[in-house]
Amino acid sequence: MERKFEEELEEIKQSLLSLGSKVERNFGDAISSLIDRDPVLAGDVLARDPLVDLAEVQLDEHCLYVLVRRQPVARDLRFIASTLKVVKDLERVGDMASDIAEHVLALLRYPPVRDFPEIAEMGRLAQQMLKRALDAFVKHDPQLAREVIADDDKVDEMHSRIWDSLVAVMSEELSSIPAVPHLFAIIKYLERLGDHSSNVAEMVVFMVEGTDIRHSVKIRAIRERLAAESES
Amino acid sequence: MKVPRAMEQAKIEVSQLNFYYGSQKALSNISISIPANRVTGLIGPSGCGKSTFLRCLNRMNDIIPHTRVEGEVKLDGQNVYDPAMDVVELRCRVGMVFQKSNPFPKSIFDNVAYGLRVNGWRDKREIEERVEQSLRSAALWDEVKDRLRESALDLSGGQQQRLCIARALAIRPEVILMDEPASALDPIATARIEDLIQDLKREYTIVIVTHNMQQAARASDYTAFFYLGELVEFADTKVIFTKPTQSRTEDYVTGRFG
Repeated sequence: MERKFEEELEEIKQSLLSLGSKVERNFGDAISSLIDRDPVLAGDVLARDPLVDLAEVQLDEHCLYVLVRRQPVARDLRFIASTLKVVKDLERVGDMASDIAEHVLALLRYPPVRDFPEIAEMGRLAQQMLKRALDAFVKHDPQLAREVIADDDKVDEMHSRIWDSLVAVMSEELSSIPAVPHLFAIIKYLERLGDHSSNVAEMVVFMVEGTDIRHSVKIRAIRERLAAESES
Repeated sequence: MKVPRAMEQAKIEVSQLNFYYGSQKALSNISISIPANRVTGLIGPSGCGKSTFLRCLNRMNDIIPHTRVEGEVKLDGQNVYDPAMDVVELRCRVGMVFQKSNPFPKSIFDNVAYGLRVNGWRDKREIEERVEQSLRSAALWDEVKDRLRESALDLSGGQQQRLCIARALAIRPEVILMDEPASALDPIATARIEDLIQDLKREYTIVIVTHNMQQAARASDYTAFFYLGELVEFADTKVIFTKPTQSRTEDYVTGRFG
């Protein structure tokens, strides 16, 4: 294998890590701006989003360039194909950080709603999922990736629990009604962060093992149904 | 190794094949089922035995002195190394196209008609019909129909290679062996040969040796990876190039050795 090709693959990996750290930072700051009611920090998140977009486009370009030049196969092909998908997930997470920041700025127009430490906890868990998914990608660690995927249920469960609490607050404190929908939106983004982190983790399993585990239960069911239909 | 897809029918079944050049073992214990009406690609670094293996399939190695074969190569169940096997008939059934196009210094027509005449064909009309069919099958007819009496050596490299394919097709083989058939051709001529291979597999079983990984990925349905005289992996081409099971295969196809 040409040394230059090895270098190109390493550059893609480093660029992906750099994009990942930008996204992690933006998402973390968006959550902090919520907890601390900090409009400056929320503004910083919004200001930095174009850098995430730029990194996404540059990394896509780089991957296409390597595909054209090297026509990679086997694990190199799986690495680049996975990177292209992971980039899309990271960019969406970056957008969600901006969306949270916008909701935070809107929330700041209202008095604080009752304290919700569970939202901060959910935010930490979802961020941990992203961090560990990216670690699994860098370390080529499918075991860690599977642990990340398993954590998604916890995030979903927290989402349901907080949702119910927010509904209760709205019914008990009518003054909270204008502010709480922003919190509904924010916890939905946290729940989605868990989903995107799972997507990244699924790509790690594909990249390392060559097995596509996405939607595996649903796909098996639909295949069985289609097979049964074609027989009948 | 079995045909990767269970429902495929084997045209050639090779069992425990060993091949020696003098005392040097060039192929070691090769077992493989080559499916009918499919393109099977043979890949591997230089000297891995893939061309030797190809030539075992129609006993072209017989003409090399001090060579020895052990094991079986069955064509439709009949061992081609059976002493009763008529080698000339075998090579009619299992045709071959080489890396360097090798037209005879004769006219285009006579090149294609050569094998027919050697096999006793005398009827001019029948020969003309078969020559036209073969040139059409080799996707060359439209380019040469008005110059059939011109020398084959005046054709371009890509046309000469298709002429050699037409010559192989004229005697209606069942299997066509191709040893790097496009390695000396430009990309357009290569693409025509690859298209032709896809057309031909409807009627023929094709085994192709190639050094070009992308060509193996494009042209073959199944791919066999040879290394140091052994068959390391034989699988669906998609598997070999996306998710090979053997680390030696993965290292080779990704260019990490060889």
